[in-house]
Amino acid sequence: MRLLSLLFLGLWIALTTSVVAQDRSGPLRIEITQGVIEPVPIAVSPFIADNAAAIDFARQITAVVASDLVGTGLFRDVPKDAYISQIDDFDGSVPYADWKAINVEALVTGAVTLTSDNRLVVKFRLFDIFTGSPLGDGLQFAGGTDSWRRVAHKVADQVYARITGEDGYFDSRVVYVEETGPKNARLKRLAVMDYDGANIQYLTDASSIVLAPRFSPTGDRVLFTSYESGFPQIYELSVGSASKRPLQVDAAAMTFAPRYAPNGQTVLYSRSEGGNTDIYRLDLASGQRARLTTAPSIETAPSFSPDGTRIVFESDRSGNQQLYVMPADGGEATRISFGQGRYGTPVWSPRGDFIAFTKQNAGRFHIGVMRVDGSQERLLTASFLDEGPTWAPNGRVLMFTRESAGANGEPALFSVDISGRNLKRLPMPTAASDPAWSPLLP
Amino acid sequence: MNFFKISIAATALVALGACTNADRFGPGSGAAGGFGANGGLVGSAGDPTSPTYFAETIGDRVLFAVDQATVGPEAQAVLDQQAVWLMQNGDYRALIEGHADEQGTRDYNLALGARRASAVQNYLISRGVAPGRLQTISYGKERPLEICSDESCYSQNRRSVTVITAGAGV
Repeated sequence: MRLLSLLFLGLWIALTTSVVAQDRSGPLRIEITQGVIEPVPIAVSPFIADNAAAIDFARQITAVVASDLVGTGLFRDVPKDAYISQIDDFDGSVPYADWKAINVEALVTGAVTLTSDNRLVVKFRLFDIFTGSPLGDGLQFAGGTDSWRRVAHKVADQVYARITGEDGYFDSRVVYVEETGPKNARLKRLAVMDYDGANIQYLTDASSIVLAPRFSPTGDRVLFTSYESGFPQIYELSVGSASKRPLQVDAAAMTFAPRYAPNGQTVLYSRSEGGNTDIYRLDLASGQRARLTTAPSIETAPSFSPDGTRIVFESDRSGNQQLYVMPADGGEATRISFGQGRYGTPVWSPRGDFIAFTKQNAGRFHIGVMRVDGSQERLLTASFLDEGPTWAPNGRVLMFTRESAGANGEPALFSVDISGRNLKRLPMPTAASDPAWSPLLP
Repeated sequence: MNFFKISIAATALVALGACTNADRFGPGSGAAGGFGANGGLVGSAGDPTSPTYFAETIGDRVLFAVDQATVGPEAQAVLDQQAVWLMQNGDYRALIEGHADEQGTRDYNLALGARRASAVQNYLISRGVAPGRLQTISYGKERPLEICSDESCYSQNRRSVTVITAGAGV
């Protein structure tokens, strides 16, 4: 792992002619697909509480905004005790020199009001200290008090978007499988949480094995595989009510690896019959099914391109697992993976520019990305067992399962940038696997 | 013959009529098991018509090579006896579980387990067992029998288990 990181670091140094944020003439801009060597110093000034009832919220919202931004690895939050001047008037002028003197590149200010009908109103501004000007207009968000974290995430998403030019991803959720109990008798249940591990909510009990949940494009439904009937079958669950229904009632075959099409109305899944696994398509409205592959080999783990015209999947038709792309209605498939080892679990980026995958080679597992034609393969991680990448809504960060080895081994959720930077483990109370990232919440 | 390691636990649980294949019924799969309310091991190992005899004396599981579903000579020897037993004991059906070791992605291992279960099913049919008495299921890498992370455990986890259930089948 150390070696790999150094390798990437070397690569990025070679690619990056100047450290973007430290030697600039224009407005603050971090190119996140380029390497950033040093996190950009920002100041998330304590948000001002407009009334006494808002004091706790102001403090907590400030902390979440800072945590979101620092968590990207792109920023570091300059400690409050280094501040020369304090922001105590949200609408007042900003003494840029005071912030420049402590090397702050960007300043976030905010104010929080708790209205008489118990709603939070959060205003924020972003300033580029180097150019001495605001970066975009001030904005405000409002929400119920129980959604204070979402409001904070929305502020952080705006800051991130204005500085990177990319969409944010903080106001999003992750559905995953919670794992407890010993390795040979694991209890698994579906859970959903905020992208940063907060607000865990359980969607199933642990009475049956559940696997690999996937969000709908609108984030309100989840597909998954459950052994509830005794046999693996695919189910659809409403996140709001946690009510579920089987999509496949088929005693002759097991079904698994479901995934929505970008339209949310079509579902791809795998079906095994007589030991042969192929990919099928189900129209949710009509219930009509179509078989998309017919090879005697294993075809599974399908994922649509964001425009819905193509499907990437894995197949061992060549003798071992490799990645292929075929038209959305089936037909001739083109192999896109050609490196050493086995490739599985391909997932098309929501931006359409990359395909993420799991690679297994020489006894190690990797999460990697490649262009959709298979070129420019890059491995982002290496460990005993990494698998199942899922894309952040902006297509710039991946989350995946990393499992430790041995009798006490257990899975945890990790995330990594597509640059290979900022590998980190999500703080969670239990073992967890099979994450699936939601779209940005409405 | 590691297959028989569970016999002590099995004996203890027989009186309860519980399911005793240690690899199958962890607390997590409880309801999920669901295959045959009369499933599990019944009768004594001394009674050659009992499922206990099938599991412990004949052997209910066979092993596979890495990423393979081929029924090798050792597995064939066990399955030949399984087939004979099934044909002599027509009151039972069998559910064939396919399993994989942890060295593989989840979806692929489900498909691989299905392939292994099917290979065993086809072999038993080729030895004369009526197809209607055999069902298959894959657990992929979800229910390892051994939990270490090296080949000594992996080789035991790449397995099929023939689980005897009540009922003559269709």
